Amino acid sequence: MHLDHHHDTPAALSADAHRPDGTRRALRIGLGGPVGSGKTATVAALCRALRDELSLAVVTNDIYTREDAEFLLREAVLPPERITAVETGACPHTAIRDDISANLEAVEDLEDEVGPLDLILVESGGDNLTATFSKGLVDAQIFVIDVAGGDDIPRKGGPGVTTADLLIVNKTDLAPYVGSDLARMAADAKAQRAELPVVLQSLRSEAGVTDVADWVRAQLAAWTP
Amino acid sequence: MSRAALLVLADGRFPAGGHAHSGGAEAAVKAGRITGADSLESFCRGRLHTAGLVSSALAASAVLGVDPRLLDEAADARTPSPALRTAARKLGRQLMRAARASWPSTELDALAREFPKGAHQPVVLGLAARAAGLEAVDAAYCAAYESVSGPSSATVRLLSLDPFDATGVLARLSPELDRIADRALEAARRVADEGVDALPSASAPLLEIGAEAHAAWPVRLFAS
Amino acid sequence: MTAPGAGVRATARLVARDDGRGGTALPVLESDGPLALRRTRGSGTEARVMLVGAMSGPLGGDHFTVEADIREGARLRLGSAAATIALPGQTKGEARYDVRLTVADDGELHWLPEQLISAGGSDLYVTTRIDLGATSRLVLREEQVLGRAGEEPGRLSSRLVLRVAGRTVLDQELACGPGAPGGWDGPAVLAGHRAVGQLLVVRPEFADKPVTAQMLGESATVVPLAGPAALVTAVAPDALLLRRVLDEALATLSA
Repeated sequence: MHLDHHHDTPAALSADAHRPDGTRRALRIGLGGPVGSGKTATVAALCRALRDELSLAVVTNDIYTREDAEFLLREAVLPPERITAVETGACPHTAIRDDISANLEAVEDLEDEVGPLDLILVESGGDNLTATFSKGLVDAQIFVIDVAGGDDIPRKGGPGVTTADLLIVNKTDLAPYVGSDLARMAADAKAQRAELPVVLQSLRSEAGVTDVADWVRAQLAAWTP
Repeated sequence: MSRAALLVLADGRFPAGGHAHSGGAEAAVKAGRITGADSLESFCRGRLHTAGLVSSALAASAVLGVDPRLLDEAADARTPSPALRTAARKLGRQLMRAARASWPSTELDALAREFPKGAHQPVVLGLAARAAGLEAVDAAYCAAYESVSGPSSATVRLLSLDPFDATGVLARLSPELDRIADRALEAARRVADEGVDALPSASAPLLEIGAEAHAAWPVRLFAS
Repeated sequence: MTAPGAGVRATARLVARDDGRGGTALPVLESDGPLALRRTRGSGTEARVMLVGAMSGPLGGDHFTVEADIREGARLRLGSAAATIALPGQTKGEARYDVRLTVADDGELHWLPEQLISAGGSDLYVTTRIDLGATSRLVLREEQVLGRAGEEPGRLSSRLVLRVAGRTVLDQELACGPGAPGGWDGPAVLAGHRAVGQLLVVRPEFADKPVTAQMLGESATVVPLAGPAALVTAVAPDALLLRRVLDEALATLSA
């Protein structure tokens, strides 16, 4: 039982696990990572994998307005009313970390308009290795890097690689072509992250997003009382 | 209550959504009307004496206890551009969240209930200042300053303008900010007696036109 | 009309009412000094009036007022014979030009005067206040030209206030010229444009079906106000180009 939640509308404090009417709100999972690492493709794959079993919605934070949202709309991974784009004023990390107000409004509006929802995926705009989500906005976060961005990224660390609840090393199918050493990436990630999980994935392989979808299901099981 | 609350409220890092708005600067940059520090200064001066004055007087009036619903209507009447009305309400809603977390108040709660999708930002700003125990003049300064600080920091990002030049612009505008805050406060005192018609309604045609042009772009960096 | 040392004061008045035979009567049509009102041939149910300037002005110190009261069901179209030119006066001090328009329910007013030109050295404060009923209709054009050809403008301040059924739907001031608040000619306000104008259209049906906001070229826009009204705002390099934009907008809105 949360004693601090407000019953005034609109919902007051950001980290509150309840909606204004007292019901439990959707689990919010953030996906961050550098430009081009495959965040949007992972979101699209997760939507396809989970949409039949969960009520879900997506918030995108584009550098330029709506590009990612429009990709998801084109791919028709969810009905359009379940996808919202937040504009970030050239500072995507600000919108997910320092000033989360626009994103909070987007997730609340989605719950009001298409809810009840089980899960909201909040995708950050492509940013650098230091961008992480505020705990006031998401309950868990995934950091997505890819093999083509350099196999030394896990070793270099940074808040995203080190502290995200799940690290995805994406596009493993490209490793032979870009000369990335997958074993080394996995070992470096393990060293940086201790017990926190790492998934190596290729969305082009048969397994696709399966491991990540399973991780999301586990998060949801822990979240739902 | 502490005067220092003004520093919290006016801080550009106060999490109330301002970072995603350019105050019309993005449209003016694209139209070639802001190209550097000099034209930024002229832009900011024009915005300060029009939209800035109106916002400042609205905020000061809210601190003096004028009915926020009347102020919100007056703000609508002074904002012909629907894109700007939407932006003002969006920012008002975001500010409301930050203000309620910072200075809990039954007046803010009531306004949030009345305007679930947001009241005009300057009205919320005034009530936030009131909740923080600040005075009308403080809210007037805060609104006037925001009317120029937003475009200035947006232009740093849009034009890669030297940030020292942009800060210099704000510093040079300070004496005019003083005058705007004075005028806004004077108007707000009249509003308390004469009603909202005493509010200034200074307008800037190119801010209105530019806001609509901007809202129609398929691709942009800022929300307004 | 009175002319104390300070300047000319003049008030022209007109009242339009339904004549009970499907037309519009003008029981009051009072000219005053430089403000002459002339009835011209109307069409259908509509009466037409021209505002004819009998002398130049307003000059510094003058105070002109035009009042039009459109009663229930009456229809009036008002134009002016020529542009109004604000000029510097013998005496110091600003000139004032006040327009007060009242349109009762089911009444309709088309207020389409020629441009207001702010000549170098002049100082004019114009106010236009419009009170409409819930079912009144209005088309109003306002055009301001800053300076005659090749001339620096005078100081021109204007305020336009629209009330519909007692609620203020638009309240807008614009100040430009020497001595106006800073930045008036900068990138946020006029940016060197020498003509600025508005077209205000009020129709009860806009309450349910507002116009869609859109650009009209690069320097004009039509927007729905927070009430049953549409507003076109335009800036242009000169009066001719401004009129072209407003005419096109009016045609679109009337279509």
